[in-house]
Amino acid sequence: MAIATENLIADLQSTFGTALSNFEEPYGLLTFQTNKDSIIPVLKYLNENETYRFRFLTDVCAVHYPTTKELAVVYHVQSMENNFRLRIKVFIPESNPKIPTATVLYESANWQERETYDFYGVIFEGHPNLVRILNVDDMVAFPMRKEHPLEDPNRIDKNDTYFGR
Amino acid sequence: MAHIQLDSDSLEKETTTLNLGPTHPATHGVFQNVLEMDGERIVSAVSTIGYIHRAFEKIAEHRPYYQITPLTDRLNYCSSPINNFGWHLTVEKLLNIETPKRVDYMRIIIMELARISDHLICNGILGVDTGAFTGFLYLMQERENIYEIYEEICGARLTTNFGRVGGFERDFNDIAILKTKKFLATFPKIMRSFEELFNRNRIFIDRTVGVGAISAEKALNYGFTGPCLRATGIDYDVRTANPYSSYNEFDFEIPVGTNGDTYDRYMVRNEEIWQSLRLIEQALAKMEKEPKGIFHADVPAYYLPEKQDVYANMEALIYHFKIVMGEVDMPKGELYHAVEGGNGELGFYLISEGGRSPYRLHFRRPCFIIYQAFAEIAKGSLLSDAIVTMSSLNVIAGELDA
Repeated sequence: MAIATENLIADLQSTFGTALSNFEEPYGLLTFQTNKDSIIPVLKYLNENETYRFRFLTDVCAVHYPTTKELAVVYHVQSMENNFRLRIKVFIPESNPKIPTATVLYESANWQERETYDFYGVIFEGHPNLVRILNVDDMVAFPMRKEHPLEDPNRIDKNDTYFGR
Repeated sequence: MAHIQLDSDSLEKETTTLNLGPTHPATHGVFQNVLEMDGERIVSAVSTIGYIHRAFEKIAEHRPYYQITPLTDRLNYCSSPINNFGWHLTVEKLLNIETPKRVDYMRIIIMELARISDHLICNGILGVDTGAFTGFLYLMQERENIYEIYEEICGARLTTNFGRVGGFERDFNDIAILKTKKFLATFPKIMRSFEELFNRNRIFIDRTVGVGAISAEKALNYGFTGPCLRATGIDYDVRTANPYSSYNEFDFEIPVGTNGDTYDRYMVRNEEIWQSLRLIEQALAKMEKEPKGIFHADVPAYYLPEKQDVYANMEALIYHFKIVMGEVDMPKGELYHAVEGGNGELGFYLISEGGRSPYRLHFRRPCFIIYQAFAEIAKGSLLSDAIVTMSSLNVIAGELDA
């Protein structure tokens, strides 16, 4: 059974009301925003609903927006039976990057959330083992945040200013 | 209940700590498992990964799009062309480029060759881990033949940097097509003798049936994709679920297992090799019906012009300069594109805010997600079974660590 995008949006809006916003479909993938209090109820609803059956968490990652001092945690979920993908975004402030963990619903969130913590410093509350995964344990920075340059800024042998970079 | 009983005030442990890795022949890559052993049985496993983390996502934020292709090579380096084309397809989706049919078929030939070489390595080494070296040697020769086809087309063998955004850097030459046809003719015989060695082999069956089994529900919850998921009986394959590169025109089957154990994973991979051969045959036939000499889309702003044009033609010179210097402005957009890699769904989540490099690029690496289930699968099993399980999950360190 296929999911009709309009019906899904209408149903989600009637269930969660104003907690969901900014519905859009970039490149054919339904995307919406929610807040950190609603993310787990939304995921749970999508997971447990017998028509939608979003049983598969494809991906968790974060994006840093330094201009608004926000981090976006991006969830991709998928319903294999309906062959339907969804993208859910939660914007959280850089100063208080806390969000509840999705490991209560999906085991696959475990390492993906650790990776997100490792690179962006997003604290997934309730995570069973929120420690760094790819970087060294005693690293102090969250290296994927935009304030960290890729290369050592003190290097003088690599001047790219002529190329507008 | 541990075999050794100690007094409650003892300073010793009832279990033995065993470091499997980071450099251990059985891990086939650089990652560590700290195992708590009770005799031969594993009580708990803690995986430590990140030994070859190379910050590809960070580097990608500072590189023009065409320079990201070599980074994708180094994810799953047993099937680099799939990663390369996955990235090209993502960028083409961003730019709304429609590739000519011939390019699609050429890509399918290469991607399926890559899938075969990936599965050959996994199944060959699974044989080695169970104690049979012969099969591995049979298959290594065939992988060599596949690499020779790559070499003929792109000049590289392992980290291929195959193709460009919009198509290929050059057309298949006659030798490449001849070698592909020769491979199609000779490989089935080798593959059959490999299967004869293993499929009904008593020792192999004893070592793999029921070992490292995972249920379909658990596998979905753990985010399994690819052969490991299909071995549990779920027929999810990105090639049929969300067809890319004209896979929808092809006639092939998705093999599935029933128990989700090591033997099923082995059998699914073997059957996929046969299906890949079918795909290559069909793609070759389809490619020959298409007009010759087309090997890229007509997108001068993104596809490097011919070198002789650069010297003779002003337009070409400008495009050449802009592309090489990474001064091509990309459109804004946000997309997720997935391809079926050797190990499962390889996804690219790309955010472009315009400009020369992506604002954010995230690789959904199937190995990374699958491997977290290892601790649970290995728990309670024998050490030798855990090694076979790890081998059949096909954990590739490059993909694990990005």
